[in-house]
Amino acid sequence: MTSRRDFLRSTTAAALTAAVARPASAGTIPSASAPVLLTPEPSAAPNELALTALQAARDAGASYADARVGRYRRQSIGTRERQVTGVSDSESYGLGVRVLVDGAWGFAGTSVLTTDGVREAAREAARIARAGRSVRRRPVELAPVQPVQGSWKTPIQRDPVDVPIEEKVALLFAANETALGVQGIRFVNSGMSLLREEKTLATTDGTLITQTFIRVGPTFSATAIQGGSFESYTHEIAPRGSGWEYIAGLDMPTNAAQWAELAVEKLSARSVDVGRYDLILDPSNLWLTIHESIGHPTELDRAMGYEANYAGTSFLSPPEEYIGKFRYGPDFMNIQADRTQPDSLGRTGWDDEGVPAEEWKLIENGIFKDYQTTREQAAWIAPLTGVHRSHGCSFAQSWGDVPFQRMPNVSLMPGEENLSLDDIVAATDRGIIFKNRGSWSIDQQRFNFQFSGQVAYEVRSGKIVGMVKDAAYQSRTPDFWNSMDMIGGKDSYWLGGTFSDGKGEPGQANSATHGCPPARFKNVNIVNTGAAV
Amino acid sequence: MPQPMMSSDEARALTQRVLAFATADETQLNLSAGWQGNTRFAGNEITTAGGTTDIRLTVTSVIGKRRASVSTNVLDDESLKRTVEQAERLARLAPEDPEHLPMPGPQQYASVNGYAAATADLTPEARALAVQKALGGVREAGGADADSLFVAGFLEASAGVGSVVANSKGLFAYHPDTSVSMSVTARTPDGTGSGYMSTGANDWAAIDPALLGRRAAEKAVASRNPQALEPGRYTVILEPRAVADFIPLLRRTFDARSTDEGRSPFSTENGGTKVGQKIADERVTLISDPTDPQLLTSPFSNDGLPNRKSVWIENGVLRDLSYSRWWAAQKGKEPTGGGGGFKMMGTDRSLEDLIAGTDRGILVTRFWYIRSLDQRTVMVTGLTRDGTFLVEGGKITRSLKNFRWNDSPLLALNRIEDIGRAERVESGLVMPALKIRDFNFTSLSDAV
Repeated sequence: MTSRRDFLRSTTAAALTAAVARPASAGTIPSASAPVLLTPEPSAAPNELALTALQAARDAGASYADARVGRYRRQSIGTRERQVTGVSDSESYGLGVRVLVDGAWGFAGTSVLTTDGVREAAREAARIARAGRSVRRRPVELAPVQPVQGSWKTPIQRDPVDVPIEEKVALLFAANETALGVQGIRFVNSGMSLLREEKTLATTDGTLITQTFIRVGPTFSATAIQGGSFESYTHEIAPRGSGWEYIAGLDMPTNAAQWAELAVEKLSARSVDVGRYDLILDPSNLWLTIHESIGHPTELDRAMGYEANYAGTSFLSPPEEYIGKFRYGPDFMNIQADRTQPDSLGRTGWDDEGVPAEEWKLIENGIFKDYQTTREQAAWIAPLTGVHRSHGCSFAQSWGDVPFQRMPNVSLMPGEENLSLDDIVAATDRGIIFKNRGSWSIDQQRFNFQFSGQVAYEVRSGKIVGMVKDAAYQSRTPDFWNSMDMIGGKDSYWLGGTFSDGKGEPGQANSATHGCPPARFKNVNIVNTGAAV
Repeated sequence: MPQPMMSSDEARALTQRVLAFATADETQLNLSAGWQGNTRFAGNEITTAGGTTDIRLTVTSVIGKRRASVSTNVLDDESLKRTVEQAERLARLAPEDPEHLPMPGPQQYASVNGYAAATADLTPEARALAVQKALGGVREAGGADADSLFVAGFLEASAGVGSVVANSKGLFAYHPDTSVSMSVTARTPDGTGSGYMSTGANDWAAIDPALLGRRAAEKAVASRNPQALEPGRYTVILEPRAVADFIPLLRRTFDARSTDEGRSPFSTENGGTKVGQKIADERVTLISDPTDPQLLTSPFSNDGLPNRKSVWIENGVLRDLSYSRWWAAQKGKEPTGGGGGFKMMGTDRSLEDLIAGTDRGILVTRFWYIRSLDQRTVMVTGLTRDGTFLVEGGKITRSLKNFRWNDSPLLALNRIEDIGRAERVESGLVMPALKIRDFNFTSLSDAV
């Protein structure tokens, strides 16, 4: 892990490789050519707009206010077989201002970026806060934070948005062509989503910061058809907080062959026999299980009922009955939350409340220790954790959305012994291996879940004996994690992640990475989800 | 900060201003402009509230058979010109699309009035008052627990022109609308009971916040201390909200192209389709129709083509499939457009009638976290949530623990026992309560 000091202002093309991340074979990085796209200049400097909004909020009676000016540049390319199905490029630019008036929140967003426009938004936010006072039982109190001025940028070698569109399409077409060369493959879809987010935050505490986030997410899937049957395989290409060099390093044009072959192999895979097996999860599958069964229940807003109407609550509630008391899993289970891991989606300099990025343990030696928090939430559990500051988990998906508690990177730390997936397979008598994300579903308190993969294999006497299909594992979160009896080491640690972690009303998307090694879980229920019902 | 509605004339002027910058062979503009305001509550108090206004323009440029889109919300002349230039530049670089078709010229659309002033004028103060009314409804129906129920919910209103389409062939389509939704969750202080009620409409006047609060509270209290019932196949009564979570998963399967390509449950082994064949119980009819008084959705698609009425399933028989312009041209069909909402035809029977007519079954308030398991059969998995009850002898007799289930809306439509009244569950979605036999509950969930 790099410390926060190391990456602050590290806007140069330093190739920071995670000590624990699977090394990316970046290969030769082409020199950056002239940007294809121009970025319109803002009508006024973001700092000035944000500070104008803050003053208007103060004038309207706000005891606290924060203003975010965000410029979001999103590009996506989709292809199927030998054609482009879509090229789109979008820009969204606006200001969101959040105020506290008499202890009640109000928020307003506007794309009218004039002095009058942002002042009106601030006044509207104050009006909304006042309107809500009558339905407020206790005033909001914010944990203290040290005011900061500075900037931060995702360390990258090449800005993905600026890579010529021809180069992007050529890479995807090359992958499609490779896959179409595999006998039995009829359809191929590939694509990429790219984001550049520039955000300026000013708060009445005196914070003024600018950050630039770069995120990339390539996709690939192939469909094989034989007789009246079809099978698709989607490869788990993790989205990352990285530059174009990450996509180039994946070598999709070569690897597409082995991915496509898996779709063909699925056609003849045998349907799984239901029953209890030792479950072996590759990191490409386990990351999402961590997200759903640890990431979400450790969100403090869920535990306190703030998501009861939508995303759900948490079985880790009330906090006083769980913090420091609840055994989540075995002694060797350590779950870290952070906003610092290189290449991760959750990496930042500060959150949307100006709280610096940090690392902390949610679960230590198997015992639940702490939640994810914002400045509003920190005091709710401070007497239990002794932590009086926010963990820096306040984010909004865009300028037009209100910030609220969002998941940071939540990762399962590798074991002390440097075991590989192969070592775990060799030690397993009767098991099923799952790779990549398939279908996933979990209840609103994060107990009962059923997950599957893109491919699954049966293990007998320490060896993989063949691919199986229609398999899913179904369990209950505390039973599941307490059944974990083997874990991979640092060389098997891999970063999965998602762009589309959904929560909140109106719904907002969040990006989070989950690092993990492979792991084994004893005696887990395997169900058959095939058509024969 | 609700702003004056962008009028048709203003929208036309803006699109003409942008089209004047265009040099591509063809240019299409999609414009959305409007306001959304929301109020969120939890722990019986408002937790966040906000309002956002935005205008968003997407420029799609076509040069030969090359096409690209660029969108922006920066609308001064210089930025608009640059956005058009970007779209044209990207289009030149994009590979040829062999399936490109020329843009359509001016079209005729059905008249749909989905705009309600009561929604457009829903102020922050009115939203806070609505939350108070919902909390009042909870207290009214909460019985002995009235003051200790934990209440959470959400109210969201939007108004604007969700869709303006204009292109360089002279097509111009403008449709203002409003939408509002409100939902309430009540939970008992012991954490064993939870109830939910929601509704949606174009017109705020159609929504009764106190009623939502009462229903949520009644369910919360009645669902306390749930008992476990062995998972297995049971007759279920799905409330309209649960049906709306489940049956619309079929919508995307009515796609002609994937059916013709052998990738749909309606494909046959010899390369044909099941159109004209019976695929569901004969009481099942599913439609999309923007002019249906319960649907009132946009009468045109993103490309400016009219959204036509489609009858996906009529009396159990697969009738229509949806055709893109390209696929329609290949197959000699009319393109169907892409909207029109989704409605399952109902009867005049109430939910209470369905319960009264059930000797033994499980009443489901809503579903949660539904995910696909098998595209070939539309098999999905999900959970029950916020009020699951045992029905015996025509009456609700006890609260049940939630279940995980694995089942398919397509297969379930062949196991229909009864159909209730069709209700608007949210904007553009109308579903009846359904009684379905042999619903496949696979495990228990401890979640409340």
